[in-house]
Amino acid sequence: MNVMEIKNIGMSFENRVNKMEKIRAVVDFNLSIGEGEIIAVVGESGCGKTTLGKVIVGIYEPTEGEVLYKGKNVKELKGREYKDYRLGVQMVHQDSYAALNPNRTIFQSLSLPLLQNRIAKNKSQALDILNGFFNEVGLNPPEQFLEKYPHQLSGGQRQRILLARALSVKPRLIVADEPVSMVDVSLRIALLDLMSRMNKKHNISFVYITHDLGTARYIANSGRIVVMYLGRMAECNQIQKAIENPRHPYFKALLAAVPEADPDHRRDYSAELPLRSLDMPDIVNQPTGCKFHPRCPLCSEICEREEPKLRTIDGGLVACHHV
Amino acid sequence: MKPIIEVKNLSIDFKVKNGILRACDKISITINDGEILGIIGESGSGKSTFASGILNLVANPGVISEGQIIYHTKDGESVDLLSLSQREYSKYRWTHLASVFQAAQNALNPVLTIKDHFLETAWAHDSKIKREEVISKAKKIMKQVRLEERVLDYYPHQLSGGMKQRAIIALSLLLDPEILILDEPTTALDVITQWYIIDILRKIHNESGITMIFLTHDVSIIGSIVDRIGVMYAGQVVECGDVEDVFKNPSHPYTYGLMHAVPSLHDDISKRKAISGYPPDLLNLPDRCRFSERCMFYISGRCQGDKERTDKLYPVKEGWYSRCYLWREVLKL
Repeated sequence: MNVMEIKNIGMSFENRVNKMEKIRAVVDFNLSIGEGEIIAVVGESGCGKTTLGKVIVGIYEPTEGEVLYKGKNVKELKGREYKDYRLGVQMVHQDSYAALNPNRTIFQSLSLPLLQNRIAKNKSQALDILNGFFNEVGLNPPEQFLEKYPHQLSGGQRQRILLARALSVKPRLIVADEPVSMVDVSLRIALLDLMSRMNKKHNISFVYITHDLGTARYIANSGRIVVMYLGRMAECNQIQKAIENPRHPYFKALLAAVPEADPDHRRDYSAELPLRSLDMPDIVNQPTGCKFHPRCPLCSEICEREEPKLRTIDGGLVACHHV
Repeated sequence: MKPIIEVKNLSIDFKVKNGILRACDKISITINDGEILGIIGESGSGKSTFASGILNLVANPGVISEGQIIYHTKDGESVDLLSLSQREYSKYRWTHLASVFQAAQNALNPVLTIKDHFLETAWAHDSKIKREEVISKAKKIMKQVRLEERVLDYYPHQLSGGMKQRAIIALSLLLDPEILILDEPTTALDVITQWYIIDILRKIHNESGITMIFLTHDVSIIGSIVDRIGVMYAGQVVECGDVEDVFKNPSHPYTYGLMHAVPSLHDDISKRKAISGYPPDLLNLPDRCRFSERCMFYISGRCQGDKERTDKLYPVKEGWYSRCYLWREVLKL
């Protein structure tokens, strides 16, 4: 069964200055997240990937469409079922410093959800539970970290703490929003490995939001990738297949822009990008037809007129007239 | 290759509550005329401090405690930049050595247009220069960084992150410097914008032959632009050499670890491996090799992490140095 299903959701924000203007951050989006599945969501900044993550977690209520958790509409959940959803879907944030209260020790911050939700009866039980999770995420010995304040820890350690916090309420799905982009290079892989280990061990699904295709491929190795552009899905496929054989012209450009460390391949990098313009269009005044057409090298008359629908091609979904 | 800047034994200390923190420890590195030198290191490795050291702009409570920075001018003179007073040094900043600092997105003054930034900078160095002259120069450079002329009339908030970064690169080139220091110029930018900035920098380098020092933590971006690379760890240069040599066959275990820690699009995922542990606390350095706690040779007992022997660099071949005295073993990995 799918842990979560997103059906035709849309999320628009009001422009505070001009009430007539709507900022459509996510438009007509469909996605189902299976049990134990890892989905990587990639796209440029401003493409709506974080908004999508926040809709999944329930921080934003979508303005259109519905979010189903274990087959039930989240909006209609009440009491225990609603609590089950809020605990079952957790989030790991990008900025680990901002995500922890600077005035509280790690133990104070992390024991609160356990006590509040009666996962632990008292403080000593909470301590036992947290000790277990800290060992699991590689923070040894736990006592050394639990009594510290966030500023006393390094970025990599704080990110592990956030993961332990998310894990401590036994979620079914974790939305990780750029969890390693502020972590040092040498520690990134260790965190990604930790996430895939948790995925296998506890069968937790992950939605991994990033703009770094290298880490997306690393973590979602056997999962799917979703490419977003201006709030819409441009392409969705098994990640290996998608990277070997990208369909959408935007995804092709994204892949071509990824730098290559190997000096043997450095000449391949940055010869020319298959794009007509490098700047993202304005999200308020979006282009007509296909939202990508002002930048697309394949653009023709139909692209300006008609927005392409998602079509199934070779097992994946692509929204482009020219594929 | 003619050297343009020689950094000799540069040490920078910060006085903090619990003692003295040495952010840069006896750094010696030579920068050749017309090359792109990459400095790679994680946060806290001292690369930004090193950049501000070259410019003699170390902020309090930091002080440059020892070292020399010899600058070889075009006329064949050699100047020790650190022996100059701040007033004398300011004749070199921007006109000879320019820099683009980290978080450049916030470096622009929000109440000035881009044009005002150009004028202010030009007048600060030469108060007699004509307005029209500066503006026509600015227009020329804006073209080089592929920004339209009308951007000159914009305020910073009207520009996207990538445009701001390009405007700042343009500003740094205003007084025709010979050396450009770029501190994390692509961090916090999207892949497409990142590609664009790199493309622009490379074209500027090809056209003018400007010397660049490129500081970053991103291993994959550096391989595609620099000629030579220096690797920093805990305030020291641990390896330095041609990018092809260092990337293909690292001679220091830290570099080896870094090269294998970055996931890319085409390699074998199972070969990726993280470096275990965390960087050392610079206030409590171990009485051993600084990398020893994370080094596979030390962990497996094949190396004792002798501190004295890591106090110098070992030549692997001409122009390629490693701080690891077991570099022959590392090369075999």
